[in-house]
Amino acid sequence: MINKQVSSPAEALADVFDGAVVMVSGFGEAGSPIELIHALIDQGAKDLTVVSNNCGSGEVGLAALLKAGRVRKVVCSFPRTANSTVFPDLYHSGKIELELVPQGTLAERIRAGGAGIPAFFTPAAVGTPLAEGKESREFDGKTYLMERGLKADFALIKGKTADTHGNVIFNKTARNFGPIMAMGSSTAIVQVEDVVEPGQIDPEIVVSPGIFVDRVVQVARPAHESELVAAGVSYP
Amino acid sequence: MTQQVEQIGRTREEMAKRLAQDIPNGSYVNLGIGIPELVARFVPDGRTLIYHTENGLLGMGPSPEAGEGDPELINAGKRRVTANPGAAFFHHADSFSMIRGGHIDLCVLGAMQISQYGDLANWSTGAPDAIPAVGGAMDLCAGVKSVYVITQHTTKHGEPKLVEKCTYPLTGVGVITRVYTDLAVIDVTPDGFKLIELSPGVDFDYVQQRTGAQLILNDA
Repeated sequence: MINKQVSSPAEALADVFDGAVVMVSGFGEAGSPIELIHALIDQGAKDLTVVSNNCGSGEVGLAALLKAGRVRKVVCSFPRTANSTVFPDLYHSGKIELELVPQGTLAERIRAGGAGIPAFFTPAAVGTPLAEGKESREFDGKTYLMERGLKADFALIKGKTADTHGNVIFNKTARNFGPIMAMGSSTAIVQVEDVVEPGQIDPEIVVSPGIFVDRVVQVARPAHESELVAAGVSYP
Repeated sequence: MTQQVEQIGRTREEMAKRLAQDIPNGSYVNLGIGIPELVARFVPDGRTLIYHTENGLLGMGPSPEAGEGDPELINAGKRRVTANPGAAFFHHADSFSMIRGGHIDLCVLGAMQISQYGDLANWSTGAPDAIPAVGGAMDLCAGVKSVYVITQHTTKHGEPKLVEKCTYPLTGVGVITRVYTDLAVIDVTPDGFKLIELSPGVDFDYVQQRTGAQLILNDA
């Protein structure tokens, strides 16, 4: 019998090791797995490389993980957003490394990593500073840059509902990086509001098939980053 | 010389309204952050446009009332929006397949600088203390069929944004085909910037003085 449900975020994250590459879903606060990130802070793994579109806001979620000094490097498309002070401070003081990646290239690198494709060519960023040092090649008279697929040891993902086989559906634009990060990671951990029995999610609407998902943990009423920031919450 | 107090040229809303007239019915359109967002308010009656927001929604509708909406239904500017009937959600790799794969008809972006060759700079001044952040602008430039810019003609300090050659780090090379400013509508042609239309009350010399490259008169 397959049952991927684990009892708590702490149990789901118990084996995250120092130096791990961790993908974190979310675009702004939509899809940011705050409870899993807070459990990772409690767990204590350090020297992490985080792959995420943004770097969080205020002092909760991803920003709190950065503030706790657990992250050596971020791979990111847009590290500054409204109410973000933690990343700018770390960056200015040279305490964190940034690999800046165009958003679509970041998404495709993650997808490729999960799809068994070590590298691909994209037209994005040709002729810009982000092309420096990258191999380029012409196809049909147009120049493209070679980009590498990205793989992670773990992915922390926020979904809406999952069954115990790991099939996941998402909420609106919170889907963003979740399905591809599930593909691109060795161990994909998904927090959802509801865990249901196999058969209770219509196979026609499954977004992330269970083969990509390793652990499912219920967080019935997930916090929203903007509400925590507005309330002045600082984690831990 | 008397101090100039009245508005010269178009307001932000008038710029957006002018651009909206040029979007064909049925287009799939991606709007950038800032003045580009205003374009959605001014689509002429009888036209249906499908708005794409790169964080994963086709069929984006207007923002809900303050305090309403879902924090997980947002646009690329991270503002709450709505989903129109017929909308679809999708993940980021699909969203950028739409962009890079040439499926989006038009993208409207803001700008720091546009060169007479159609180069765009809009993500960084290159200042050493700036936090670099690029988002999806480079992918949009690389893949969308037409990329328009909507921007004030000059910076807050009066420096031209339309220039011979961009001095800021580029977002895309030779991708901008048309620029809508408070002063004029200008095409980027193989010969350089071609004036298509002056805003009401603005003359050619006024625009040329505020443009960092030669303007070509439209002889059509």
